[in-house]
Amino acid sequence: MSAAAFAAFAPFTLLGTVTIVVMLLIAVRRDHRFIALSTIVGLLLCCIALPLAAPASPTAVTPLFVVDGTALFYSGLVLGSAVIVAILSYIYLDGWTQGPREEYYLLLLTATLGAALLPESVHFASFFLGLETLSISLLGLIAYASPRGEAAEAGTKYLILGGASSAFLLFGMALIYADLGTMSFARIGALIHAGDPLDRYRVIGVAMILTGVAFKLSLVPFHMWTPDIYEGAPAPVTAFVAVVSKIAVFAVILRYFVLAEGHADTSLRTGLAAIAILSMLGGNLLALLQNNVKRLLAYSSIAHLGYLLVAFLATGSLGQEAAAYYLAAYAVMTLGAFGIVGLLSAPGAGRDADQIEDYRGLFRTRPFLASSLALMLLSLAGIPPTMGFIGKFYLMVSGVGAGLFWPVTALVVGSVIGLYYYLRVLVAMAMPVPAERADAPHKATPFYGNALIAALLVLLVVLGAYPAPAIALIRMTVGFTSG
Amino acid sequence: MILLWLLLVPAAGGVLAWIAGARHPDWPRWIALFVLAIDFILALTLIGPAVASGHTSWIASLDLPWIPQLGISFELGLDGLSLVLILLAIALGFVSVVISWTEITDRVGLFHANLLWATTGVIGVFLALDLFLFFFFWELMLVPMYFLIALWGHERRFYAAIKFFIFTQGSGLIMLVAILVLVFVHQHATGHLTFDYLALLGTKMSPSTAFWLMLGFFIAFAVKLPAVPFHTWLPDAHTEAPTAGSVLLAGILLKTGAYGLIRFVVPLFPDAAHAFAPVAMALGVIGILYAALMAFGQNDMKRLVAYSSVSHMGFVLLGVFAWNTLALQGVVVQMLAHGISTGALFILVGALQERIHTRDMRLMGGLWGAVPRLSAFGMVFAIASLGLPGLGNFIGEFLILLGSFRVSVPLTVIAAGGLVAGAAYALLLVQRAFHGKASPHPDAAKPIDLTAPHLAVMAVLVIAIIGLGLYPQPIFDQVAPGLAVLQHNGAPSVGAAAQGSQ
Repeated sequence: MSAAAFAAFAPFTLLGTVTIVVMLLIAVRRDHRFIALSTIVGLLLCCIALPLAAPASPTAVTPLFVVDGTALFYSGLVLGSAVIVAILSYIYLDGWTQGPREEYYLLLLTATLGAALLPESVHFASFFLGLETLSISLLGLIAYASPRGEAAEAGTKYLILGGASSAFLLFGMALIYADLGTMSFARIGALIHAGDPLDRYRVIGVAMILTGVAFKLSLVPFHMWTPDIYEGAPAPVTAFVAVVSKIAVFAVILRYFVLAEGHADTSLRTGLAAIAILSMLGGNLLALLQNNVKRLLAYSSIAHLGYLLVAFLATGSLGQEAAAYYLAAYAVMTLGAFGIVGLLSAPGAGRDADQIEDYRGLFRTRPFLASSLALMLLSLAGIPPTMGFIGKFYLMVSGVGAGLFWPVTALVVGSVIGLYYYLRVLVAMAMPVPAERADAPHKATPFYGNALIAALLVLLVVLGAYPAPAIALIRMTVGFTSG
Repeated sequence: MILLWLLLVPAAGGVLAWIAGARHPDWPRWIALFVLAIDFILALTLIGPAVASGHTSWIASLDLPWIPQLGISFELGLDGLSLVLILLAIALGFVSVVISWTEITDRVGLFHANLLWATTGVIGVFLALDLFLFFFFWELMLVPMYFLIALWGHERRFYAAIKFFIFTQGSGLIMLVAILVLVFVHQHATGHLTFDYLALLGTKMSPSTAFWLMLGFFIAFAVKLPAVPFHTWLPDAHTEAPTAGSVLLAGILLKTGAYGLIRFVVPLFPDAAHAFAPVAMALGVIGILYAALMAFGQNDMKRLVAYSSVSHMGFVLLGVFAWNTLALQGVVVQMLAHGISTGALFILVGALQERIHTRDMRLMGGLWGAVPRLSAFGMVFAIASLGLPGLGNFIGEFLILLGSFRVSVPLTVIAAGGLVAGAAYALLLVQRAFHGKASPHPDAAKPIDLTAPHLAVMAVLVIAIIGLGLYPQPIFDQVAPGLAVLQHNGAPSVGAAAQGSQ
């Protein structure tokens, strides 16, 4: 490995080191605040290291990884989101006293490591290893804070369904290897480009990979696990599953399709378009029926991943940019929404504050959190001046630019349906406080919890009203992979 | 630069009002009044002829980079049409603050913040020359309006607010798709990605593309106008909104639909719009008659006024698609007169409700004896609404009919029937509510008459509607250059050469 490769890979080496250091620290001193703080500082250091690695990119690091602008951008999103999840987790776990809390951060770090490596992966081996590191750590995270019965149930569900989807993925990779004799994305692309005939192996292989990935991205019709796990997992972990794992998987599959010429395959594109339309409509329609905010947000995230597929289908730089911007927007607003759900929940209470009933009168009892949640929901609905609005606009630009008639139609219809249930939560928050909770004391939010939400809000509104810097950054990083 | 201030002043005022609301409930009211007064003065300074720089009608314009990567800029332009509508918007915003003084006592800061932000959004819509910026403001004005209805409205406010939001948002997204297709068609033709309205004028495209795009824009504006059959959100929204919300909806938000038709639909797609004109005019006429009939059948006074509003907007639709000077001038006056008269009627209904706690006309009657001033003003504006000569609405409706007569005689004849229907429902309102035998009020106490602030507002509105009816010439002079340019852009091409001569 050359010096340039070392330099470019430094943030990820650092992340691995941080994980080991935190593990050792737990052995030395079992102190929740101390471990949480070291985790957050470690993750922040990795974030700082990313721009420092940029001059050395694009560089191939072993045949498994490429560190380039796209990879750094998505890794940045992953790491940034992980920092926010870590802070939210600290606040959430702070009130929980029924067991060791420190190992949680270890799992969080390994999950982040797996997720941060996915955007760099250019090889089936690294793709699969990264994904498994992420998934297996997630399993532990979901079932953490175990006195909550649903958490254990959610963990088991994730174990079985995640295992099945991994098996699909692995089998698909094996089939492609059997057909083409290589596991490197670029090599696959070159062979297909050179005119390797499409045979049964490859079709089934690609379909199986797609199935596995659609599981991870919770796209309809592979979405069944999502609401249960979002509901059962502790709120910060839900945020992690909804944001970090989705960004990482989306980034790697985006790269796979760009490098391996997936777009050349018409039947595949048709299948993806169908999945996108089903996800947008299905996610939004099912969300209408929910009375549980976490489930509601779960279905809404299914719909949002469907929206993202529009950018995915729109080949070319516009689609790539739209996907990058939308993922950033999605990260900010989803972290914000789940973060607020987490801040409102008391972990000792046995359940999170997730019924719509729990949100009645929130504008009066917790004005700051309620207004913030309102903005996050409006952003999810795509209302200006928020990142969600620009993001949706960008998606539509890419979709219309690529002439994707049906996906764009579904995007419009889905957005209109979506409006209804986001507004439903807003309406609940605006209603009078129910009498039985009128003078119930509520858990005070620590100031850094509010500060975190405020920071997300500033991002949401500033980059929503003036997105030019964000788009410039995306052009600078994501832009030069296609070139 | 002054255009930017026009937007910034109310936007910042909203934030200030929100903060001040936590200190004292009256501060937001004063802040809102002060801010709107400043904005009004700013807008007044813009009255005058267009700056003489070539073949334009812009009195003031502004172009700042915004999202250069996508060809989007913060481009504002103000011509006579925008100016007149902005003045109306600010004035009605001012009125809304005054008449909410006693009605709104809950979360006063947030209420006035929303009021000011809604006004900001509307001003932005009237100024935006970049299609993306236009869409941005178009969506932006929805949210405060939604909150105004949902938080301070009446019994079924949540239902009405969500319906309002979904109707406008859904149609807005269709418009967004149309905008994007237009932009890409333009990019395909010129290799230039831009959302600039002036650049997109005269984009060449196939007639079928033009038709579908025109329809995309038309639906969004027809929902907002509202034109039958897209009007069903309006009676609900109006009925459930607080008085200030109704005034803003009727006075300002509906005008954005008409403005969009005049500014965008016809000039961007002249041929398609011309081909579509008979359908649109027919929709307008249906709207006039159908809504008048519906208004006639209402027991809820606020619903009656809401349906009369739909009926008046039918005239606007008719006039816009007649697309000649007379009709367009009529449309402008109709918009102003409707804003004033319907706004005033909503204020009076709101004042009545505050006093006798009902809007049901079956429970009213003989109010003239109890509240003579309120009833007198009610009659003035009801008569204005039916189009009595000498009052503003008459000028608008008369000019529109005069203009559309040249385009389609049968439609004009049928539309004129709307004037009769208008007389029927307006007089019915006066008769059922104010005349007749006094019915026992739900409240035993005798209701008090209009107080000084309300009287002042009413007096100003009466003067405005009479002024508009007797001497509308200054308005015509102000909007003429803008309308002329729009008409030039929106003229259907005789040959291919006539196009793209911007």
